[in-house]
Amino acid sequence: MKMATFANRNMKEILRDPLNVCFGLGFPLVLILLLSAIQANVPVPLFEIERLTPGITVFGLSFMTLFSATLISKDRGSSLLQRLYTTPLRPIDFILGYTLPIVPFAIGQSIICYIVAIILGLDITINIFFAVLFIIPVSVLFIALGLLFGSFLTDKQVGGVCGALLTNLCAWLSGTWFDLELVGGAFKRIAYVLPFVHAVETERAVLEGNFFGIFPHIWWMLGYATVALVVAVLLFLRQMKR
Amino acid sequence: MNAIKIENLTKKYKDVTAVDNFNLTIESGELFALLGVNGAGKTTTIKMLSCLAEPTSGDAFLMGKSIRKNTAEVKSLIAVSPQETAVAPGLSVRENLELICGVHGFEKEKRNAKIKELTDMLGLESVINRKAGKLSGGWQRRLSIAMSLISEPKILFLDEPTLGLDVIARSELWDMIRSLKGRVTIILTTHYMEEAEALSDRIAIMKEGKLLVCDTADKIKKIAGTENFEQAFVRIVKGVSQ
Repeated sequence: MKMATFANRNMKEILRDPLNVCFGLGFPLVLILLLSAIQANVPVPLFEIERLTPGITVFGLSFMTLFSATLISKDRGSSLLQRLYTTPLRPIDFILGYTLPIVPFAIGQSIICYIVAIILGLDITINIFFAVLFIIPVSVLFIALGLLFGSFLTDKQVGGVCGALLTNLCAWLSGTWFDLELVGGAFKRIAYVLPFVHAVETERAVLEGNFFGIFPHIWWMLGYATVALVVAVLLFLRQMKR
Repeated sequence: MNAIKIENLTKKYKDVTAVDNFNLTIESGELFALLGVNGAGKTTTIKMLSCLAEPTSGDAFLMGKSIRKNTAEVKSLIAVSPQETAVAPGLSVRENLELICGVHGFEKEKRNAKIKELTDMLGLESVINRKAGKLSGGWQRRLSIAMSLISEPKILFLDEPTLGLDVIARSELWDMIRSLKGRVTIILTTHYMEEAEALSDRIAIMKEGKLLVCDTADKIKKIAGTENFEQAFVRIVKGVSQ
């Protein structure tokens, strides 16, 4: 109950910020509509709705990092966390309380993206359900990054690192906007060492119904999610002690 | 009965000794002020007493419970109103109070009774449904103190409670703090000499982590040989450095 109260508060704080709703839901939708319009005029295989939508749902999760990191850094800055540290809340309550409320938001964002994609011509199949389901581990990766950055950056720094840097990294290195094969070289190698393209490839494979195609991408993605979560928890505990 | 017994409490940050071999006893129900210039060690002392920072050496006992060995028990006895206003800005005044009730595990009936009691005590009815982030500094401080009192603490730490408030808001908050006298042991840190003199039963003056003097305001003035408490503070703090 104690953790649920804290999680409920975090959910309210996120949903009551109009910028969160605009960026979290509005921006991915604008991108689907815009890139689909480009696709209608200049057909590009990459922007076909069944390839584009998984990329957009993953890209949209970069805003979850921004939301969680902003919330934590603001709580740290306002001393609210200091107050809460003197209550019976345990470290695990804090970590789950910051993580869990964002998961339904991520799922909701993904569902809305797929609804718009269906309106734009995506075939309705059971694979859409699985693609939404697979967004959960991907969202854990992005939320853990938020927990990590929020534990040591100020809210202004979070704006720069998560709002600008991470969203751009996720956009360029995920293979959503342009084919990484076309760039090749070091750029492609770096992209495949990072988790973003693997998250998109996992989602694409699931949406195609090619469940063997999620390998090895899902291992990369789960590996990064695990490491990010462990580092985030350690950093959060460290700043809690300080 | 002793509410707080501090024994050789020390906190070192790398080369800096923030609190140096500090010894003090505070009686139950006492309103005790901790004074000192910036960097004197007041906030660090409060952080250690409220289990927010681990002592380098020494110990303190709150109602007989060690801050090193019985942190969970100590946390259930205390509440902290931090230096910066520690409220959830996106939540209403009522939701902020509900949050603290929830993290203390209060059932619905107790929660509602507690919110009613504190709303009446602190005159928060007129702003109960307003967002905390939209309130003036004075109202936010009131809310912050109301949140501290929810858990019915035996010991309340007020870190610079009237910092940045106008004269009227400060006077109202003084009345509120006076109304708690005797019921709760209050440890107050402040930079306002007249505040410490008007409110406190006893005052401790710290400098460079060390306790310089601890007595009533009148006796401290006698020790310093002056009728004015602010002058007494200046003489005592400067006298040691000479």
